Amino acid sequence: MLFDVVSMVKAGQFVGAGICMGFGAIGAAYGEGLVGGFANCAVGRRAEQAGPYTRNMLIGQAVAETSGIFALMVAVLLVFGDFSGNGVCAWASSIAAGICMGLGAIGSGVGAGYPALDALTGSARQPALGSSMTTTMLIGQAVCQTPAIFALVISFMLMFKNCAGIAAWPYNAALLGAGLAMGIGAIGSGWGGGMAGGAACEGIARQPQMKSSLTTVMLVGQAVAQTPAIFALLVAIMLISIGPTEGTILTSAALLGAGISIGFGAIGSGMGNGVNAAGACQAISRETSTSKDMMTFMLVGQAVGQTPVIFALVISLMLMFVNFSLPGTIVGFCALMGAAISMGVAAIGSGYGNGVTGSSACLAVAIKPSGRSAIMTLMLVAQAVAQTPAIFGLLVAFILMFGNYSGPATLPAAMALIAAGFSMGFGGIGPGIGNGITGAAACEAVGVQPDERGLIMRTMLVAQAVAQSTAIYALVIAFVLIFVV
Amino acid sequence: MDISGVDLVKAASFVGAGIAMGLGAIGPGIGEGFVGGKACEAIGRNPDEAGLLTRTMLVAQAVSESTGIYSLVVALLLLFVV
Repeated sequence: MLFDVVSMVKAGQFVGAGICMGFGAIGAAYGEGLVGGFANCAVGRRAEQAGPYTRNMLIGQAVAETSGIFALMVAVLLVFGDFSGNGVCAWASSIAAGICMGLGAIGSGVGAGYPALDALTGSARQPALGSSMTTTMLIGQAVCQTPAIFALVISFMLMFKNCAGIAAWPYNAALLGAGLAMGIGAIGSGWGGGMAGGAACEGIARQPQMKSSLTTVMLVGQAVAQTPAIFALLVAIMLISIGPTEGTILTSAALLGAGISIGFGAIGSGMGNGVNAAGACQAISRETSTSKDMMTFMLVGQAVGQTPVIFALVISLMLMFVNFSLPGTIVGFCALMGAAISMGVAAIGSGYGNGVTGSSACLAVAIKPSGRSAIMTLMLVAQAVAQTPAIFGLLVAFILMFGNYSGPATLPAAMALIAAGFSMGFGGIGPGIGNGITGAAACEAVGVQPDERGLIMRTMLVAQAVAQSTAIYALVIAFVLIFVV
Repeated sequence: MDISGVDLVKAASFVGAGIAMGLGAIGPGIGEGFVGGKACEAIGRNPDEAGLLTRTMLVAQAVSESTGIYSLVVALLLLFVV
């Protein structure tokens, strides 16, 4: 069954348009709903202020709508445009553009809701503040739009990429990989950046005199939380511009995998870094004297929280640039896909968990500023343990990429390898988050009782070890799938 | 590539094992972490009861581990028995 290029491209554009607007509608609507809900709470508290609150609600919602409008724009272009002149690859680039903008709009849409809802709640609590939070709200919302703008740029690059004369595969895989990388990779940074912006607005409502210090911490925190999205942008641009135009089935798998690894890998660190920055803003508003060293504290936590996405970036770059000596069959294809899934998805939990621990460490410093160094030590130990699932993911990815598959290329042999990636990747999410939650509570406990830090650390490590067990089961099943069956 | 029925079933059981263990590990990991966190908080407030709290924590974590073990059992069944 062969189709002509025009029909294939048209079909790709329509599927892409559906994906784009479908996913693209989630984030903005959710974010706006949050804002609307909290606006109602604010009006309920001070009915006489209904006019100004409604106005602020509409301004906040309008900004949160941005990413939804980007998705609408790309979807309309895909519906009415004609990209068949761009060659046989245009069906893949159209679907990739839809995936990129649709998924890429989620995080920024939800994220933009948080500053607006916290500004509304804050002005209901402190009516005297008037509109002084509006500036911070707008800055916070604007910064968390960045990932959606990256996604828009990549989807335009994809739609207008002229691939005339290029063979369909493996370049199709490079285009789809670019869409997946930027689309999925934008979710965490947008969402997390929004949480930081929200916490800054809440902080200003509590301590108006700390406005400048809170805005600075918010901007630095948001900037760091943007890093994972920037990694994803980098990989997407590389895939589009230097993606190889000839190669085997292995090349296709590697290009697709490069996108999957960094895309998923960016979710956890992006969100975690945002949560960490939110904790720093809350800490400053609870104990203003901590504003001097809160920035350092936040940056240390965020730097460690970046580790999982850096692992994912390394695997993406290896997939793009290393020449694998795998069989050029479905077995080799599934080995590389499994490696990408294992690394990318396992990084979600560790990245987010690290952020949760870092956030509570900041709050613990606000409870007990003198316990700073004990809290920092505990935070770093907890974050190191929470890194374990991501390290397992990295290990399985390496084993899959450099394994020796000399057996016959059967379907079970291939599926076992991709299933190993599923097992370790998804199996790493929960333990990473759980370890982070335990570490977070331990940091707060040390803030309350610094003298008992030895006992608390021991309990934390026991609890984290138990929470690690399911990641170990996932690792065992992955090993069985690779080596035994 | 010719795919026989036996191969198809085998491939499906492998994929099933991977999904079972992967998704099944999410809940216990988060749940046990939550329990551990609360135990640390409680010990911070009342260090004298550390032994009792650790015991309670481990019992609760053992219960929340159960679904992870079910996933492991199902994955092993899919891999070796059926």
